[in-house]
Amino acid sequence: MLLFCAAATYAGGYRVSTQGQRALAMGHAGVAVVNSAELAFFNPAGLVYLENKLNISAGVTGVISNVKWQNETTGGFAKTDSGVSTPFYLYASYRLSEQLALGLSIYTPYGSNVEWPTDWKGSHLINNIDLQAIYIQPLISYKIADNLSVGGGPIFVTGSVNFNRNLNRTLTNEEGDRSNVEVDASGVNSWGWSASAMYTPIENLRIGVNYRSEIILEAEDGDATFRNVPNSPLAPVSNGVVAFDAELPMPAELTIGASYTYNKWLFAFDYNRAFWGVYESLDIDFAPDNIPTSVNPRNYKDASTYRFGVQYSALSNLDVRVGYYFDESPVQSGYFAPETPRNDSHGFTTGFSYQISKSVAIDASFAYLKFKEVKESYDHYQENGQEVTFGGTYKSNAFLPGLGVTVKL
Amino acid sequence: MALLALGLVACEPEFDNSVKDNDGFYSNGSADFSTYVALGNSLTAGFADNALYIQGQKNSYPNILATQFKHVGGGEFTQPLMNDNLGGLLLNGNQIQGTRLILELGEDGAPSPVNIPGNPTTDITNTLSGPFNNMGVPGAKSFHLVAPGYGNVAGVATGQANPYFARFRSSKDATVLEDALTQNPTFFSLWIGNNDVLSFATSGGVGVDRTGDSTLPENYGGNDITNPQVFAQVFSSQVEVLTESASGGVVLNIPNVTDTPFFNRVPYNPITPAALEGQLETLNATYAQLNQAFAFLQVPERSIQFSATGASGVVVRDESLADISAQLTQVLIGAGLDAQTATIYGMQYGQARQSNSSDLILLTSSSVIGEVNTARVQELMALGVPQATAGQLAVNGVTYPLEDQYVLISEEQEMVAQATATFNATIKSVAEANDLAFVDANALLAQLANGGVVYDGGMVTAEFATGGAFSLDGIHLTPRGYAIMANKIIEAVNSQYNATVPRVNVGDYNGSPSIGSGIQ
Repeated sequence: MLLFCAAATYAGGYRVSTQGQRALAMGHAGVAVVNSAELAFFNPAGLVYLENKLNISAGVTGVISNVKWQNETTGGFAKTDSGVSTPFYLYASYRLSEQLALGLSIYTPYGSNVEWPTDWKGSHLINNIDLQAIYIQPLISYKIADNLSVGGGPIFVTGSVNFNRNLNRTLTNEEGDRSNVEVDASGVNSWGWSASAMYTPIENLRIGVNYRSEIILEAEDGDATFRNVPNSPLAPVSNGVVAFDAELPMPAELTIGASYTYNKWLFAFDYNRAFWGVYESLDIDFAPDNIPTSVNPRNYKDASTYRFGVQYSALSNLDVRVGYYFDESPVQSGYFAPETPRNDSHGFTTGFSYQISKSVAIDASFAYLKFKEVKESYDHYQENGQEVTFGGTYKSNAFLPGLGVTVKL
Repeated sequence: MALLALGLVACEPEFDNSVKDNDGFYSNGSADFSTYVALGNSLTAGFADNALYIQGQKNSYPNILATQFKHVGGGEFTQPLMNDNLGGLLLNGNQIQGTRLILELGEDGAPSPVNIPGNPTTDITNTLSGPFNNMGVPGAKSFHLVAPGYGNVAGVATGQANPYFARFRSSKDATVLEDALTQNPTFFSLWIGNNDVLSFATSGGVGVDRTGDSTLPENYGGNDITNPQVFAQVFSSQVEVLTESASGGVVLNIPNVTDTPFFNRVPYNPITPAALEGQLETLNATYAQLNQAFAFLQVPERSIQFSATGASGVVVRDESLADISAQLTQVLIGAGLDAQTATIYGMQYGQARQSNSSDLILLTSSSVIGEVNTARVQELMALGVPQATAGQLAVNGVTYPLEDQYVLISEEQEMVAQATATFNATIKSVAEANDLAFVDANALLAQLANGGVVYDGGMVTAEFATGGAFSLDGIHLTPRGYAIMANKIIEAVNSQYNATVPRVNVGDYNGSPSIGSGIQ
């Protein structure tokens, strides 16, 4: 079985850009690159251009992300211990005719896995989060004209979330253990779609566009477990499990890009626009009326990513790749919550594909994400009707080694 | 790939300047914080909610300070932790101190402090092996820090020794100061003298003011005010020996007791017309007879009357008043009252008056005022008064004068204030003479009581239970209160020693009343 989860702290909010080792090695640019079944994610319209009848691409990425926080005024410091998460993908396409190809894709574009030390200074905002979403999408790719094709299909999403934070900055039970709440929901399903087009104006130049719709994951009747609350009618809540409703948006994303081939070289550029503006607030509505809804303003903004990649066919059976991207954070100043402690990042990527037989190639990629040290705060935590700031200096990085396989039959 | 991944886990992001590694953020200045020892009383020990318990100790101001000192070379800081979070003490299995207070809803639906249910598990005969950096001993007065045998468990039952110190003294004859000095402190804090006035005040002034009195301290009663000359001598000699080894230290002065909720939670006029529930007219009619007698005896200022529209004072027994029991009885008989009733009235009201704005009614009275005093009922019934009448005459503060222990009258307040001011003058001059950091704890508590201290979640005030500064005993601080004190100390230390010890965020420390009994 595939083990999966994903880590945030890179690629904007909780977007995890690891949807293909070949593209990732080129800065995760691929909306206009016809190369492998990775097109199932980057641009389904291009599937019909693949030379082979059956194309399969699969891979997994190890995501190692680290975040450190410190506060110079108080001397507080903490770092995340988030382990290694492993987003994956599996794409297949089958060409029925010159004009028509069908496909199937399974991928994990959103996820988050951040674990701060329990009861750390920001524990009233988060102790840990584990967010997972699997996209499953049947695809169709159709060639309208020799130089123009379209593609797309419906998306089924199944997701889960587990989130823990302390109830406030100070409440403890009789033994001094901090009162906390864990919200947990799994099997949260939803639907969306994507559509794309590919245009080849001249032989060496391709232009692609891909749009994936917004999908709102609505958790209904999840379990919220309150722990370490003092036993008292004067306590704000009681220990135990209550139901909750919450929703989390997987924002829409538009990608436009181009690729150009020249002898043994391939150049690719993608522009992503992620419509994060939809993520205004994370509201957790607990079923009992006497427990107030937890309102956590997020106020994200739409954000862009600029991706550049180059591929060089060094040998007949070896392609090497390098790339760079600049990823703009959707998090606005004053909304810097340690659950997605994200500022703008620079991604440096490289990788190669080695053809081990006529039909099988190994794809490897490596990405390093560099974040500037940033002084930021989350200013919208409410205590006694007053907004209380939690801030400090954050410094993050992430390493993403990935391995995949491409099969062409 | 797994190996590669493991290798990369080590590649942590690094700050340009790390707080953890102290890349130039904080300095110890001219002080050496490597061995910090705190001396003092309950406030130093982390006492709260009328008990010592683990959570309170973890939030003691010395422990908060020690955590911040670690940024500038401070070492480990050990405390003689209690055995549980209930508080309370055992002596050979017998309970000698009650559990901590929690706020609980009473039968009337109003929250009030009660002892948390449970049996204490801290037996003072189980001696801990030290030494301990926190040498705060609840109940200690200035001269106790140098009293041999203060930690001898054999003396606890007779009041010669301190049950808290008995738990962690190095030997039964060791003094608190000796056990502190053997650690060779490089830095110390000393906050002592509070109990030298406080026990007098919290007992309603039942002790003796020893000012100018040559009685040796070991012969003082527990509720006496220490002779300021004794305090000055003891305090300066303690500082002298501490500064011999230490690079520096900080001393704190003594707050005015009147700034604490224990002395100002209950107003001087707590009786409302509603509380008297229709008995107001009967009461006033009865007191009218008495008031005539007071007038006749030329003490009309002792008149007692409950207002039908506003708050009224309680009836108190003022020991400073001349006892006119006999005359009062005669006058009442002369006015036609039967001899038995007149005798009882004479006894009961011979030193009685109604409280006024110069009186402080102590927090301990809040569970007593308006309640029937059963002991008094028994006394009256023994004198042949029918039970119903006895009950009517034994309502604390309404018909039966509140006893001395619940009221601090203005003369007593004056003694406390005078002694406090004298002690504080000593503390300040000793601090200056020895170039020590000095914290005006008196001013800080005055600020809490008159306005408050701003923090990132609002305002901390001295309001009982809700203000955030004082725990449920009305005298000791909450973790938030202790954190404010710790910041004040850091400020003074930084200034005196040219250091930059980081402050704590007060909002991270609990200021809410303790709740949670474990029973629901």
